[in-house]
Amino acid sequence: MKLLTDVSKYMFILLLLLFTLRNFTYFRKHDEEKRRKTEGKQAADIILFDILGFIIIFLHTFRFETLILLIGVIVYTAATIAFYRLLYKGCSLLLINNMLLLLSIGFVILARLDLSKALKQYVIAAAGTVLALFVPVIVRKLRILPRLTWIYAGVGVLCLLGVMALAVTSGGAKLSIEIGGVTVQFSELVKITFVFFMAAQLSRSTSFGSVAVTSAVAAVHVGILVLSTDLGTALVFFIAYLVMVLVATRKPWYSAAALAAGAAASVAAYYLFGHVRQRVEAWLDPFAVYDSSGYQIVQGLFGISAGSWFGSGLGEGMPGKIPVAAKDFIFAAICEEFGVVFGIALILVCMTMFLLIVNISIEIRRPFYKLIAIGLGTEYAFQVFLTIGGVTKFIPMTGITLPLVSYGGSSVICTILMLAIVEGLYILREDEGEIIEKEKRKRERARRNAASEEKDLGGGGA
Amino acid sequence: MPPQNRSAAVQDRILPQGQYTSAERIMPQGQYTHAERILPQGRPDTEESVPRDPRIGIPPGMERRSGEEEARPPKRKGNGAYVAAAYLFVILFLSLIGYLVYFNVVKREEYLRSPYNKRQEALAERIERGRILSADGYILAETASGSDGEEMRTYPFGRIFAHVVGYDSHGRSGVESIMNTTLLTSHADLRSRIMNMMLDRKDAGDDVVTTLNARMQQAAYDALGDRRGAVVALDPKTGEVYVMLSKPDFDPNTIAADYADIISEEGSSVLVNRATQGRYVPGSTFKIVTALAYQRRFGITDAYSFDCEGAYTEAGHTVHCFNGAVHGVETLTDAFTNSCNCAFANIGLTAGAKELRETAESLLFNKALPSADLLYNNSSFTLDGTSGTALTMQTAFGQGNTLTSPYHMALIVSAIANGGVLMEPRIVRETRSFDGSLLSSASPKTYGELMTRREASLLMTLMRGVTNGGPVTAFEDAGYLTGGKTGSADFVRADGTLGTHAWFVGFAGKEEEPDIVIAVIVEEGYSGSRTAVPVAKSVFDCYYDR
Repeated sequence: MKLLTDVSKYMFILLLLLFTLRNFTYFRKHDEEKRRKTEGKQAADIILFDILGFIIIFLHTFRFETLILLIGVIVYTAATIAFYRLLYKGCSLLLINNMLLLLSIGFVILARLDLSKALKQYVIAAAGTVLALFVPVIVRKLRILPRLTWIYAGVGVLCLLGVMALAVTSGGAKLSIEIGGVTVQFSELVKITFVFFMAAQLSRSTSFGSVAVTSAVAAVHVGILVLSTDLGTALVFFIAYLVMVLVATRKPWYSAAALAAGAAASVAAYYLFGHVRQRVEAWLDPFAVYDSSGYQIVQGLFGISAGSWFGSGLGEGMPGKIPVAAKDFIFAAICEEFGVVFGIALILVCMTMFLLIVNISIEIRRPFYKLIAIGLGTEYAFQVFLTIGGVTKFIPMTGITLPLVSYGGSSVICTILMLAIVEGLYILREDEGEIIEKEKRKRERARRNAASEEKDLGGGGA
Repeated sequence: MPPQNRSAAVQDRILPQGQYTSAERIMPQGQYTHAERILPQGRPDTEESVPRDPRIGIPPGMERRSGEEEARPPKRKGNGAYVAAAYLFVILFLSLIGYLVYFNVVKREEYLRSPYNKRQEALAERIERGRILSADGYILAETASGSDGEEMRTYPFGRIFAHVVGYDSHGRSGVESIMNTTLLTSHADLRSRIMNMMLDRKDAGDDVVTTLNARMQQAAYDALGDRRGAVVALDPKTGEVYVMLSKPDFDPNTIAADYADIISEEGSSVLVNRATQGRYVPGSTFKIVTALAYQRRFGITDAYSFDCEGAYTEAGHTVHCFNGAVHGVETLTDAFTNSCNCAFANIGLTAGAKELRETAESLLFNKALPSADLLYNNSSFTLDGTSGTALTMQTAFGQGNTLTSPYHMALIVSAIANGGVLMEPRIVRETRSFDGSLLSSASPKTYGELMTRREASLLMTLMRGVTNGGPVTAFEDAGYLTGGKTGSADFVRADGTLGTHAWFVGFAGKEEEPDIVIAVIVEEGYSGSRTAVPVAKSVFDCYYDR
């Protein structure tokens, strides 16, 4: 048993490293067929990971639900890939594969921590994926999207005000409401509307006035979140704002000024709000406040320390000792059982995910869609940085989850939707390409007809 | 494959079936309209989506020519900011990875050892704590299951190894603490693990083989008798600790029951390992340091001469020799052999406070010691250039404010006995799985050179004089070669009266090179030769008797 687990932990690391490697070799291959093959191999990596993970858990617990979940996850993974292939012929599956892998890591570690949570997460992820299948169509067909600027802002601010009302009434403990047994965290949804607002506003104009208006609305968003004690999300919004202003205006000093303002605001927040100070104190010396705010972070670090490079093996550690291991501290639980090397590979997967999104945003022509892609990508990347940095005590803990891996319905659904939007943009880009090509071809033909046809193309290998 | 195939999926949509042949990719004259659709120049997006050298993978003859270059749209402006943002985030991610590596390499131990870390207790639910063994094969600690299935940690030697082996109840100490993780890790073979699983038994934790020698420890324990004190003996060539004893002691077998009594005891110093944590006035053993300081200051000791009249006054401060002895005219060697306080007060003054301090610190006073993870206290030496004559005189012969532990004195002697080089002291020799197969073994490591070979040789000679024709006569027919220094350290008792601790530090060897060094302190022992030397002799005898 222990031996099997010992072997499995190296296999998990190997699978994840192989998967990560394929993310990079994908770009080396210029042949569509070979790329498809790489995508297929990644899918196989994910499914192998699931099989290994759930079987090890089953051997520890002998709960048959584990095996049922395994079948469910395999079906889900295969079906998602198949549907995307069928519905969107031109799409790159790289993004989808990375999403599925992160979800699988989440399912496995959640099943290890609390099987019922894994089952719930599975249902929500599957539902979210079905929803998401339509998103690329919507992004493609709904031409009105760039013009809804103030609707995005309105919805965003309203949702956040609702959250703040909750936070105030519950003394900062509650940031979500329950609707029909499902916990809805509005700030997750606002992550999308916020980026859409910024993109709509900045794609129309990057004049000083427009940037000022954008900044004001962004400040309202961030301000409400800080007041609701949701510091992590506030920071995510702020960084997305900085990056979007930077790429839209191409004037670094705008972002620099905003960064300075943000820094000043952070210092002010430190002195004004007890909950900000608490986080910083727990970061500086968690043992000094071990009995209160330092407890969680210290337990997380005990977990990572216990795991060391290769982990205790799935089911062999004590991640149950880590508070909120299924959510904010899931990275500690992963490091404990899968090992720090696995954790590093996981960071690389998240980084690749971000780079894929940036890549897509670079390829798109129209500023609105470009900005959406970079905005959503930034939110994702910075959230990953905050949660992993917080858990490892690299930076103060901000109480934010690891997208797709951590337990949390709203977060999973919204992240899947965000990625579907990006995937939609990727497909849109292909359409865009066609349109532009057509126009260019016309021009080219006219030009070349005038020029000597002899000098044109020709030659080349057979 | 030619690069344009990357957009095959798009081609599927653009090109009607049947036209999708390789012939078209070659772009014959006149068919350029099709060709353009497929060629990358028409699809700059794809081109830029791949951040790479565009020429990789393009066979000869398919290189893009200037004409095509021209046909490509100008690079879209503004993507520089995107790339910059991407780089910033890549740096963030890499710094996360860097920190994680740093944490695991540097900080991990601290968190594992934290007293708040209760994970190891949880390990004990699955693993039966391994045994602690002496280097000569005796069991020092083992876990036994009582008739009621209750686990008991038993210590066959009881009080004898109380401090160094430690306890595992009401906290942890000694080897039990240092090697806790190993003791609670099982490397049992597969067969016994399967057996254990089927029988619902715990796996056997790994065993720790210490460097301690049970017979020598027993000898030291008996020799010290009812007195308070401490003994440390180690191998100067390897740093292996043979003996580490502290009295008063306690019975680790019954510590759970006795704990309240032990800590409520007057002074509550029973749990303190005096060998490493005791802070004693060094007394005349410190003359080793003063002699070295003189040697370092003047490069020679032979020319020194002093006329001892039993008392010596300088700047209005007078010191006396122990027991009112009068030594007459002495060389430095004579003064060392006679343990002449007057001469050493003079030697210290001659060498100077600054030299004394530098020498003391080079011997790790005021510094961290190589500790083999044992709890210990630093030795302190406060004399410096601003100190008065009185304190310098007192310090030079081992009184003053100087405080040290038997462990530290043993390390100094160990360096002297090993040509000036201090070996990293070790208390764990190897770890083995419960069935005896070797898991890891420590090899001797050099800590550093505390003094030159010449200085070490000089001090060896001085110390040999003490036990060969000097005041210490106990070793005359011992059958091994010895050297050492006694000490009588005056201290103020808690009630304000004066008391005297007895010291002996020394070495023994069959040949010129010593095999073993020792430091003994007997509290209230008064005279080193009378109370501390016999303890050392018992340990040496036991060592050569084996």
